[in-house]
Amino acid sequence: MIVAFVLLLVVIGSVGFHLISPWWWTPIASNWGYIDDTINLTFWITGFVFVAVLTFMAYCVFRFRHTKGHKAHYEPESAKLEIWLSVLTSLGVIAMLTPGLFVWYQFITVPDGADEFEVLGQQWMWSYRYPGKDGRLGKTDPRNVTADNPFGIDTADPAGQDDVLVQGEDLHLPLDRPVKFLLRSLDVLHDFYVPQFRAKMDMIPGMITYFWITPTRTGTFDILCAELCGVGHHAMRGIVVVEEESAYKDWLAQQPTFAQSLAKANAGTRRVSTLNAGGSVR
Amino acid sequence: MADVTNRDIDYVAPAEVEEEELYHAHSWITKYVFSQDAKVIAIQYSLTAIAIGLVGLVLSWLMRLQLGFPDYFSFIDAEHYYQFITMHGMIMVVYLLTALFLGGFGNYFIPLMVGARDMVFPYVNMLSFWIYLIAVLVLVASFFVEGGPTGAGWTLYPPQTILSGTPGSDGGIVLMLVSLALFIVGFTMGGLNYVVTVLQGRTRGMTMMRLPLTVWGIFIATILALLAFPALFVGAIMMLFDKLLGTSFFMPAIVELGEQLSYGGGSPLLFQHLFWFFGHPEVYIVALPAFGIVSDLISVHARKNIFGYRMMVWALVAIGGLSFIVWAHHMYVSGMNPYFGFFFATTTLIIAIPTALKVYNWVLTLWQGDIHLTLPMLFALAFIVTFVNGGITGLFLGNVVVDVPLSDTMFVVAHFHMVMGVAPLLVIFGSIYHWYPKITGRMLNEGMGQFHFWVTFLGAYAIFFPMHYLGFLGVPRRYYEIGETMFVPDSAQTLSAFITVMTLIVGFSQVVFLFNLVWSLFHGEKADPNPWRATTLEWQTPETPPGHGNFGKALPIVYRWAYDYSVPGAKEDFIPQNMPPSKVSGKKKTKPRRAKRK
Repeated sequence: MIVAFVLLLVVIGSVGFHLISPWWWTPIASNWGYIDDTINLTFWITGFVFVAVLTFMAYCVFRFRHTKGHKAHYEPESAKLEIWLSVLTSLGVIAMLTPGLFVWYQFITVPDGADEFEVLGQQWMWSYRYPGKDGRLGKTDPRNVTADNPFGIDTADPAGQDDVLVQGEDLHLPLDRPVKFLLRSLDVLHDFYVPQFRAKMDMIPGMITYFWITPTRTGTFDILCAELCGVGHHAMRGIVVVEEESAYKDWLAQQPTFAQSLAKANAGTRRVSTLNAGGSVR
Repeated sequence: MADVTNRDIDYVAPAEVEEEELYHAHSWITKYVFSQDAKVIAIQYSLTAIAIGLVGLVLSWLMRLQLGFPDYFSFIDAEHYYQFITMHGMIMVVYLLTALFLGGFGNYFIPLMVGARDMVFPYVNMLSFWIYLIAVLVLVASFFVEGGPTGAGWTLYPPQTILSGTPGSDGGIVLMLVSLALFIVGFTMGGLNYVVTVLQGRTRGMTMMRLPLTVWGIFIATILALLAFPALFVGAIMMLFDKLLGTSFFMPAIVELGEQLSYGGGSPLLFQHLFWFFGHPEVYIVALPAFGIVSDLISVHARKNIFGYRMMVWALVAIGGLSFIVWAHHMYVSGMNPYFGFFFATTTLIIAIPTALKVYNWVLTLWQGDIHLTLPMLFALAFIVTFVNGGITGLFLGNVVVDVPLSDTMFVVAHFHMVMGVAPLLVIFGSIYHWYPKITGRMLNEGMGQFHFWVTFLGAYAIFFPMHYLGFLGVPRRYYEIGETMFVPDSAQTLSAFITVMTLIVGFSQVVFLFNLVWSLFHGEKADPNPWRATTLEWQTPETPPGHGNFGKALPIVYRWAYDYSVPGAKEDFIPQNMPPSKVSGKKKTKPRRAKRK
């Protein structure tokens, strides 16, 4: 009796908790509302099964609990019932899987004309690279990485010279423009994750991975690393600012290009070597 | 109605081969230490698994203390935290659950339930345990080497696993990989035994379709393990080479903290495929024995045959087969070819169908049953609750696009703890309450058992159910601290503290359980040889606990399936598998069909 009651209470408590929980999705800031819809659909279907199966179980425990003289009914199997249950379950699965796969197709199909930019992950910081005026990102190779060339851009590739480099600063994205994130890592696995975008993808050294979104509201959001990347994993944070296109363009224009940063570094090196020369004379 | 397996028979084929002489122990050492008796090996396996499991439990307390009360415990720094979660995961999945279900339960119940005197290869079986013990000791040793155990996460993803930014990337990871390789060697010896014993060691009349589902579950799980563990073995050896010899199986060109490393050309994704080719079947290696055992617990304590026995068997086989083509659902956001998502989401959701059928059949077994709410039954009911809950959240994570926002969040942690942590553990507890009387000859204390049950079931549910909602919020897993963010409200920290307190309480109730195990050994009520009035062969042994050779002079002959409960017309509400039809009084059935073949 008590057991059946507690089982029922677990069902009611679970559904109740779900309804009043203050912990729920952060308000979405990208075009992936379809993902939220698929999740809600999954909630309805699985929630129904959860309540139905467990309520039935609680009823059985209440109704068929042992009493003196009570004897179980003998029935080995029922092919008819099992077929019916298989068919219904299959329908439920199809109802969840079909929209899921449709949305997945959209998720992996980047629309033509999407802006591309690069996120570079390394222990334990984020950097970003935009393609510059020519609209193309220069080739990279981790073997090219030096203190002056932290992205490992191929200096022989003309497309790389005007790439805009953003280091130690927030990421900025324009509102309402589809954008493809090209994801690259220099050392270990990372994962670029913004909860409000609903999207994430691992970054793998030696590969370029991607996802795409269209930011749908302005604001400032946390960037987290979602793939364990060593002892500083939890501290690998960043900030993304979604803003109107004009504000975004102003911001981008202020960032140095690869050619500029190289020149600056070279100038710095010259200054350092002059100082050193001076030092040795003294 | 279809032709089902409950029809008993008069005719049993004569033995085709003579019984072989069993190995007999000559000294205390060969009887209790280097024993070749599967029952002793089972207890050795179980005690070792429980001991290392306690280490895993303490580690979970430590990690929860950090998550619940981030600023209070200065001795838990980030490095330690990552070591705790890594070792907790690996210990619980491999060294506790796998070892306990297969090495412990498999060894004890397979020979007894199929009607064999022992495993087919007793000497190899003994080696299996000792190699497992060495594997555990190597694992424990990694806590004491310089740099401590590995903190790479239980998935051990390269490249970080062997790079200096990860705790324990020197001695710790080497010992971890060596320990895993040893575990697999030891397991393979035991696993071959379990499979061959089921296939070759069954007594006369025990057809495959008369095996109790406990044996079916362990049998299929062992086949999975024999096929899946080699992938991990290969991965572990290659990673050892990468670490010790500087090869680049999993290591691409890497710039670590501004420094070029000499690795190049390897594939981190390759390791993930190898790991999950093992890792996903591993989930079912833990789940299938639980499925099998819980079927028997429900049937015995509801005094009713398991509903749809044949469907239950085929569902186990189907789940086992499918479990080998779903592994990449752990890698939807790994950066693998995104088109894999279509295939793996489809196979993953298909596996839900045989799994759901099993759930239906469990609850349908309760329907019109005669439910005795004993401790094993309570644990079985709690298993269904947690398994249904954990199973349906699997439908979220398996449906590729839904996984994108949820993967690597606390939702995943909640899901897999519910489905492959709490649910199988509840079955383990239920089966210990069920079989302790047979193993020791005494009953476990009921009062302590009730306390243990309610605290464990409701406590564990209160830990993991709300945890899903932190995942919806976007709280990532494997975070030493969430710190300041713009999206996590302060109330989430309150919930986290609540979860930590519940973890401590549930952990404490396990101490009560362990005390009960020891206390009842000396003070428990003397048990009847068949206290639950069950049909399967382990309850029909001449001695309790069963002696060397299990069945006395003659092996039992099996006349029927394992589920003749409440058969109309029978005197008792159960008919043991080895009871000849002539002794089932009041038998109304017509002459059995197969007798005609004589």
